[in-house]
Amino acid sequence: MMKRLLGLAALSAALVCGTAHAQQVNVKIGVLSDMSSLYSDIGGPGSVAAAKLAIADFVKAHPDVKVDMISADHQNKPDVGTGIANQWYDVDKVDMIIDVPNSGVALAVSQVANQKNKVFIVSGAAASDLTGPKCNANTVHWTYDTWMLANGTGKAIVKTGGDTWFFLTADYAFGHALERDTGAAVTANGGKVLGQVRHPLNTSDFSSFLLQAQSSKAKVIGLANAGGDTINSIKQGAEFGIVKGGQKFAGLLVFASDVAALGLPTAQGLTLTETWYWDANDTNRAWTKRWQEERKGKFPTMIHAGVYAGITHYLKAVVALKAAADGKAVVAEMKKLPTDDPLFGKGTVRPDGRVIHPAYLFEVKKPAESKYQGDFYHLRATIPADEAFRPLKDGNCPLVSG
Amino acid sequence: MFEIFGIPSTALFGQLLLGLINGSFYALLSLGLAVIFGMLNIINFTHGAQYMMGAFAAFLLLDWLNVNYFAALVLAPIVVGATGIVIERLMLQWLYRLDHLYGLLLTFGLALVIEGLFRHRYGSAGLPYALPEQLTGGNNLGFMFLPNYRAWVIAVSLVVCFATWFIIERTRLGANLRAATENPTLVRAFGINVPRMITLTYGFGVGLAALAGVLAAPIYNVSPQMGSDLIIIVFAVVVIGGMGSIMGAILTGFGLGIIEGLTKVFWPEASSTVIFVIMAIVLLIRPAGLFGRRA
Repeated sequence: MMKRLLGLAALSAALVCGTAHAQQVNVKIGVLSDMSSLYSDIGGPGSVAAAKLAIADFVKAHPDVKVDMISADHQNKPDVGTGIANQWYDVDKVDMIIDVPNSGVALAVSQVANQKNKVFIVSGAAASDLTGPKCNANTVHWTYDTWMLANGTGKAIVKTGGDTWFFLTADYAFGHALERDTGAAVTANGGKVLGQVRHPLNTSDFSSFLLQAQSSKAKVIGLANAGGDTINSIKQGAEFGIVKGGQKFAGLLVFASDVAALGLPTAQGLTLTETWYWDANDTNRAWTKRWQEERKGKFPTMIHAGVYAGITHYLKAVVALKAAADGKAVVAEMKKLPTDDPLFGKGTVRPDGRVIHPAYLFEVKKPAESKYQGDFYHLRATIPADEAFRPLKDGNCPLVSG
Repeated sequence: MFEIFGIPSTALFGQLLLGLINGSFYALLSLGLAVIFGMLNIINFTHGAQYMMGAFAAFLLLDWLNVNYFAALVLAPIVVGATGIVIERLMLQWLYRLDHLYGLLLTFGLALVIEGLFRHRYGSAGLPYALPEQLTGGNNLGFMFLPNYRAWVIAVSLVVCFATWFIIERTRLGANLRAATENPTLVRAFGINVPRMITLTYGFGVGLAALAGVLAAPIYNVSPQMGSDLIIIVFAVVVIGGMGSIMGAILTGFGLGIIEGLTKVFWPEASSTVIFVIMAIVLLIRPAGLFGRRA
């Protein structure tokens, strides 16, 4: 009898304490990225640094919110990624996973988040299917996607006379999606696709593929690949005199870190689309300075900025609801609130999970025009938010049509 | 102009030549592996990392000391070879009498550590390295545009491959070396310092990897993972040629480069797989490799 009484007392004490702490909201965020391989410079430790900044800034303004953060390496393997996601959501009580470069892993993690009713914010992955046929009520896609890259770069180049295209395509989901979306943008604007060659991922020698592109006589060689593959294509293209011969490269997914790896003498003149550039304005420069305290000598990519913005908006939604447990409710709240952060400005989250903000068409500077380290781009055009991303009705997202 | 399987002959000749150029990288790398395995009985999984170190050494020599490409071509292999000698003295020399597996595990672990350190310091995106001015431009051969740098690569590779084969198979030094691997005790009795010879051989093999790395720096992305992308193919080349066979490694390197080049025309998606298909077939028919001796 005494034991039971004691037990009851303990229980009620716990309940009282529980209500006393109800004012404080606890959130746990997991940064899942490629920490050790080809995408670790565009996401990776830089994303963790961006997440820390976002959390520090938010907690300063909202002392009643307690945010924990963990991070892990998915090694670009969907099975490893889903394994970590399952453990984080179930065992480690993570409420939200962010970043996840590599579309294959992101598509898998998106499924897990949906099953467990948690939140998944994509910044690092590109596949537009994440807010298209594979969309769900637990996933939000920040920063960029293949449709936006294709439309931004493809349209701009066709309009300036580059109307015949040949694609060098990485032979996996992301490359195919990028080739498909860009081909559609080229044809829609009056251009023509002359052919394509699909190369295996992580190819070191592109000379054979470049020769095929050269003999196609296309005005533009579209690089539907990423990272090291893009760098190798452009580096060897210069060697084979592709640009001197009158053909032009269109880098469909090029990050500031890739431009640094190529060096301006090789990369100059390249046209590319990004949604965020560290040197675009004073706010971005100030943020970059803070970010560089942890990542000395590096420059943040748009993916890092997306991680910052994504976390900021997510925490706003959690505070509005005063709870993080129900993933669908949090995402619904994120869609209800307009987005507003220092890096991406004002925007919205659409019903299909796509975040809408402007995109920018850049051209890589000539070495003589670059005045300091990291001075990479000229701004050539701003694509307004309502034109930058795929129209809602064209995405075949079940959340929209159904 | 005539056509072969719907491909214009001129395009095909171009691809054959490109295949040969890629083959020269395979030959250089597999040569180093074959020398190390043949003389030390060590399966050197660090080879890819040492190739990467060669490319980074070229970059760092230019960046820190303003040493140009041609000087780097000599200096980088010496510097990286010296690190190889340290590894051999500190670690590998204890493993010669043990099963191959120990050497494999040690060198594989070392490769991961080295790659990790470079990634930690320099990131994964890569570093820029420009073509040396003397070797820019190229010639139109009628059937393709051949960049001067590619012609240079193939020339260097052929000279180095032939010289290595000549030293090991045709000189007194090479004869001593081969004798030392067969029967070290007896060779020692003749007053030859066998451990030192073995150490230098490992250093030389590593130097070859670094040389390939310097050759690759102006045309391939200089990044910490550049070696691991290539090393698996090179191992397949060595297995097909026959572990430890010098001539086998050279000939298979060039041959597989050509086969891979042709695959890139007829079925590009399969170009990364074709070498492994050939490896499987060769292992089924000749388990010791095309040029290998049965153990």
